[in-house]
Amino acid sequence: MSERVTNILLVGVGGQGILLASEILSETFMLAGYDVKKSEIHGMSQRGGSVVSHVRYGQEVFSPLVPEGEGDILFGFELMETYRYLPLLKKGGAVVVNDLEIPPSSVLMGQENYPEGLAEKIREKFPDFLLVDGQGLAREAGNLRAANTVLLGAVSRRLDIAESYWMQALEKMVPSKALDVNRKAFQLGRELQG
Amino acid sequence: MREILSGNEAIARGAYEAGVKVASAYPGTPSTEILENVIFYKEINASWAPNEKVALEVGIGASFAGARALVAMKHVGVNVAADPLFTLSYTGVKGGLVLVTADDPEMHSSQNEQDNRNYAKFAKVPMLEPADSHECKEFTRLAFELSEQYDTPVFLRTTTRISHSKSIVTLADPVCDLPVPALVKNAAKQVMLPSNARVRHPLVEERMRKLSSAANTMAVNRMEVRDTKVGIITSGVCYHYVREIFPNFSTLKLGMLHPLPMEMIREFAAAVDRLFVVEELDPFFEEQIKAQGISISGKDFLPLCGELTPERIRKAFAGQGIVVDSATAHEEQSSAVSLPGRPPNMCPGCPHRGVFYALKHLNAYVTGDIGCYTLGFLPPLSTMETCVCMGASIGNASGVVKAVSEEERKKVVAVIGDSTFCHTGINGLMDMVYNKVPATVVILDNRITAMTGRQDNPASGHTLSNEATHRMDIPELCRALGVRHVRVVNPFDLDETETALKEEMERPEPSVIITDKPCVLVKRVGVFQRGPLYVVDTEKCTGCRACLKIGCPAIQWHPNDGVRGMSHIDPTLCTGCDVCRQLCKFSAIGRAK
Repeated sequence: MSERVTNILLVGVGGQGILLASEILSETFMLAGYDVKKSEIHGMSQRGGSVVSHVRYGQEVFSPLVPEGEGDILFGFELMETYRYLPLLKKGGAVVVNDLEIPPSSVLMGQENYPEGLAEKIREKFPDFLLVDGQGLAREAGNLRAANTVLLGAVSRRLDIAESYWMQALEKMVPSKALDVNRKAFQLGRELQG
Repeated sequence: MREILSGNEAIARGAYEAGVKVASAYPGTPSTEILENVIFYKEINASWAPNEKVALEVGIGASFAGARALVAMKHVGVNVAADPLFTLSYTGVKGGLVLVTADDPEMHSSQNEQDNRNYAKFAKVPMLEPADSHECKEFTRLAFELSEQYDTPVFLRTTTRISHSKSIVTLADPVCDLPVPALVKNAAKQVMLPSNARVRHPLVEERMRKLSSAANTMAVNRMEVRDTKVGIITSGVCYHYVREIFPNFSTLKLGMLHPLPMEMIREFAAAVDRLFVVEELDPFFEEQIKAQGISISGKDFLPLCGELTPERIRKAFAGQGIVVDSATAHEEQSSAVSLPGRPPNMCPGCPHRGVFYALKHLNAYVTGDIGCYTLGFLPPLSTMETCVCMGASIGNASGVVKAVSEEERKKVVAVIGDSTFCHTGINGLMDMVYNKVPATVVILDNRITAMTGRQDNPASGHTLSNEATHRMDIPELCRALGVRHVRVVNPFDLDETETALKEEMERPEPSVIITDKPCVLVKRVGVFQRGPLYVVDTEKCTGCRACLKIGCPAIQWHPNDGVRGMSHIDPTLCTGCDVCRQLCKFSAIGRAK
């Protein structure tokens, strides 16, 4: 069991299910015997604002916030928000991001353009980069709504946590009727080569 | 048994373990989830009150009857509850009473960032502050014990980072053998006439003296001597930030913020070479410690505004020549692309959108209030001039009308939501009628307390436990207050809404317009109903962008490389509210075939 604290940041847009994903991560780490802390801001998030959730685990975790520039993994649910939070990552940190663009209001109204080529720009800065077709793989697993579980699977490969703990956490956090689809979605994500 | 709980969930668990019988609150970020989790413990009678003052009064009644009572609110809620609070300090309690104040440094979801530690000193009430979820549970239990032991209400203070962070909590069994609540008469202690209150005040002072002394040996105040070159006095989440950045420095962690353990502080000061205090917002500890003649430094280099974070603390200490091991110090990165912002927005199909569009069209001067509709301030609607506190819009409108010319006063419209109207808006309307102020009030009745995450209220027809109850009749209430012109409109009908507004704004009398479409997020079956899907006819769309003026997240501008750009409706987001169709002069928007 590693001594140091591992820092994960989940970022995206309010309403994407980021809080549930961060709960599943935290549950997994607790089951694996680690100390865990997580932090995020609720409230405005459901109204389509930018969301960031911090999850930390290790032998003993003090701050619930990941100190800036110490993130090990940036787990992005949307491209522009992932790019926005890159400064939270440490040099050489890993990025796992959903291949999804959600335009903010200024872009919807035609006042600004959604920035182009973000995936490539992220890869230039952080070569340990995995772009995930969350929606496509979720459809393959049997339900579009399981995109977040695909992403969780992709992130799980980068963490030294036995698969059984991930499965236990999914069983606890996901409604039983959706469990099979989510197990499959998780495996599809976990099998991706970064 | 171990569980990962948020601070709020842990406080709810602590209330259960402490044998709480009654819990009352008004929702407010970051405190809302406390009561939402208390309802899972069937032993507790938990309810939403229309406002924080009533919540505390319910708690006081339960306490006087001998039950343990939990009352929860956000920091600004304590302002509303301050009237009963200050006198409760004199009466003391019978069953323990704990008041949770959830402060919001950084104003993640608030209109100010007042430091409610000051209330502890002001009201002469002890205050505990946990630093993680396990402490949230333990301190809740302790707070009830202290409350009964010292005959005082006790504050439990959290901040957003404690309320909404999760960490591991070890669960315990609830206490047993608490006295059974019953009617016991004790008027001299509970009827605060001057003659009785004069007897109580010296007892309050005596209680605080005893607590002051006991603070020095309380386990929640903890001296941790490591490297003695630097000592830091801190509390709450800042304790963990300090331990994160300076793992080797000595710390004095304060679990009780008021009264302070001055002997322990003096001992700690003597044990270290340089003494600092790390506290968010006001120099609450610092001023009291300095008043004791102890040399300490804090707000001369740490910010007074906003929350502290590991980075902010690290940078501030670096400015004092105290630099940590560079292994954890991060490299600054520059963002090469400037990104569009992502402000929150009203949801697709939100019933507030059309109202603000009409108000903007009429060039109204809108006094605003606290709720989702405060987003009417943001572009492209940009139609709100004031937002001060819960219930303020109506009083603000009256004041503006009294100050300006007869022509200008026609422009003044107050907007307020159903929950906020119940909270403290009713009195404002009473004043408007009583004093004959000719302003217009729009009550945006979306059948829920939306911004805090869909809590029920007296006008929603359901209780916290989802039981059906009387639904307050807002139009009847307005009429009973004396408003002669009360109209209910469909906010999705732009003509109807604008006509009603125009007529009532012209009317030289107080008037109320109520919108009656529910929040799209209400999950209760039969309240919100999705309409037909709308699409843009690409043959008819001229690219005039009129439909973009309402800022609906479902409508996206497709520039088509500058060649005949046009709007597109996202079928996964459209709720079929019909508002955009009414904006299109070319009949290019219609129901999908």
